Amino acid sequence: MKAHLTRRYRFSASHRLHSEEMSAEENRATYGKCNNPYGHGHNYSLEVTVSGAVDQSTGMVCNLADLDGFVEREVLSRYDLQNLNTVQEFAHLVPTTENLSAEIYEILQRGFQKAHLEGVRLEETMMNSFEYRGAGEPRK
Amino acid sequence: MVYLTRKAEFSASHYYHNPDFTPEQNLRIFGKSNNAHGHGHNYTLEVTVKGEVDPRSGFVVDLKQLKEVMHREVLDAMDHRFLNKEVPEFFTRIPTTENLAIAIWQRLETKLEKAKLHRVRVYETPDLFVDFYGEP
Repeated sequence: MKAHLTRRYRFSASHRLHSEEMSAEENRATYGKCNNPYGHGHNYSLEVTVSGAVDQSTGMVCNLADLDGFVEREVLSRYDLQNLNTVQEFAHLVPTTENLSAEIYEILQRGFQKAHLEGVRLEETMMNSFEYRGAGEPRK
Repeated sequence: MVYLTRKAEFSASHYYHNPDFTPEQNLRIFGKSNNAHGHGHNYTLEVTVKGEVDPRSGFVVDLKQLKEVMHREVLDAMDHRFLNKEVPEFFTRIPTTENLAIAIWQRLETKLEKAKLHRVRVYETPDLFVDFYGEP
């Protein structure tokens, strides 16, 4: 039988929202305080949802140790306590939480083979959260 | 269609072990969860039902009835129990969060009046939960 498993992780990072395609005034008007040149930080909360048939010999969709190990190695160690603007993928991409959730989805989609990736949900603060489920995938 | 979710909490112990595996395999696959004396969690259960709103009562489901069914079928059987030893489903199945969500679905599915079961969500900890939608 098919089940969905969701695991929550936490990381902290700083960023500055600034688009190379906008003038200084337009950046300030669009991003407000988030355009402060020195950046600012958040405690992010990441939820990763995977699905698959429950393996009757283990009772699991996938071994949590495999998922935790992958996320630690490929996502948390990449972003935790970093300035996102200095990470390669955000050299020319604004590190909004929309873009960050899509990048994390792509990392998992490319590299995690032990279960089907349903989507990621990223909380930037307790008040803002973003979900990405890949291009064109419907929400449950 | 309106979806209604009722939450409940229960505490139980369990351990993970497959008698078909060698002791080494069990330890490698299940890690600390293989400790035969068990360990416990405070589980949170969310049961979501769906249905049309009854025009007379304004309800999707009688919440009192849903609460009673959840208590009788799930909490009375699982709260403050050692799942492997006291809940029949887990005499043969490993009481992972996945199997717990499936077992709770199976216990509730036929007992609900009117409203249709949509989702069973079981939190083992605030950082880990499983959703089961009755999919084969």
